[in-house]
Amino acid sequence: MSRWTCPVCDYGYEESRGAPREGFPAGTPWSAVPDDWCCPDCGVREKIDFEPDSGSDSGSDNG
Amino acid sequence: MSTTGGPDTATDVTWRDPKRYLWLIGLVVPLFPFIAWALVEATGLGLLWWTGILLLYVIFPVVDILFGKDSANPPESATAWLERDRYYRWCIYLYLPVQYAGLVFGCWLLTHGGLSFQGRLGLAITLGGVAGIGINTAHELGHKKESVERWLSKVALAQTCYGHFFIEHNRGHHVRVATPEDPASARLGESFWAFWPRTVSGSLRSAWRLEKKRMERLGKSPWSPRNDVLNAWAMSAVLFGALVLAFGPGLLPWLALQAVFGFSLLEVINYTEHYGLLRRHTESGRYERCAPRHSWNSDNVASNVFLYHLQRHSDHHANPTRRYQALRHFEEAPELPTGYAGMIVLAYIPPLWRRVMDHRVLAHYGGDINRANLHPGKREALLTRYGSAA
Repeated sequence: MSRWTCPVCDYGYEESRGAPREGFPAGTPWSAVPDDWCCPDCGVREKIDFEPDSGSDSGSDNG
Repeated sequence: MSTTGGPDTATDVTWRDPKRYLWLIGLVVPLFPFIAWALVEATGLGLLWWTGILLLYVIFPVVDILFGKDSANPPESATAWLERDRYYRWCIYLYLPVQYAGLVFGCWLLTHGGLSFQGRLGLAITLGGVAGIGINTAHELGHKKESVERWLSKVALAQTCYGHFFIEHNRGHHVRVATPEDPASARLGESFWAFWPRTVSGSLRSAWRLEKKRMERLGKSPWSPRNDVLNAWAMSAVLFGALVLAFGPGLLPWLALQAVFGFSLLEVINYTEHYGLLRRHTESGRYERCAPRHSWNSDNVASNVFLYHLQRHSDHHANPTRRYQALRHFEEAPELPTGYAGMIVLAYIPPLWRRVMDHRVLAHYGGDINRANLHPGKREALLTRYGSAA
């Protein structure tokens, strides 16, 4: 399951959950979200700034 | 910068928040109408219905100067619990019941208190002062991730009919801050009186556009009750309707006056926050990310306590969801000569404002006027006056 996280406020977009309030129902693929869509929580960063964290494989080098 | 676990743990134990109980002072503001009434009762001076103005424009700026600055930051290690401690939230939540108790009391006084015309004028402005600073309370609430707090934000905005603010501010202003496209970022050479219509109308149109776009994605008409602009305004309609039902239609002009004064107070604060500051374009054509250098800050402790650290504005723009008690002072951020309380008085008098601020903007950009956000109408005059020193 893929998740993309806002680098400022840790808001996460998960494809399985979507962002229904924003008009992206559960299951909306990340590729269908427009590039200029802003983080709905902080408004500081846009979609293209979000960082992918694909669940299981990475995420071990947080030191 | 990076400390080991040992010293951090020690800091956790020893650090105490020196402002912890000072935040309760913020509740003095919604008490304005009660303070005004008590002062009039005690002295018989009708002039004291203007207490809100007296406090905002005279007493607070003086108190700011007397109490000076506080640039101390909480240690990084303390921010997590500082944000979690629910006491700080309650300091904010409590503003709302006091604000609305004051409004109802004020409406009763306006219609049944036997006040003179000047008295009613002063009281309506005093109520508007509470409502305007209430937009700051709404601002703190509207940035939070919890839906209850966002709802409370709309409640706080109902008194000024500025419910669209929490949409435009979060999704418009924060995205375009310190660019010519942002209606709420003042430009060098732009007076507050020129800024006012631009920000009031521009922010309204922007809020509508943002919600219209969201409604389109939801497959709904913009006239849906789920449109946050509309449902926030509906709160104002219900509030004003109920007050008029209770106190009579003679109340309406006073309600309108306090609302306009209230949101104008917010707009004059907006005016000071980013005056003349400009983000550059990056190579990709986007604006650079908002940094501490793109907001005016002030560490005057009195204004900071009354405005819930709003003046630590750079950190707020870098981390909008961070709670007020955890906001930090940045050495590299441009600093205003006094707190927002004094700056808003200057902003009403454009020649004074420009004398105090224009050279500070210029100094911030190392004398290069081209790097500032210039008011188009004053562009030529500014370039002639300050030259293309680059």
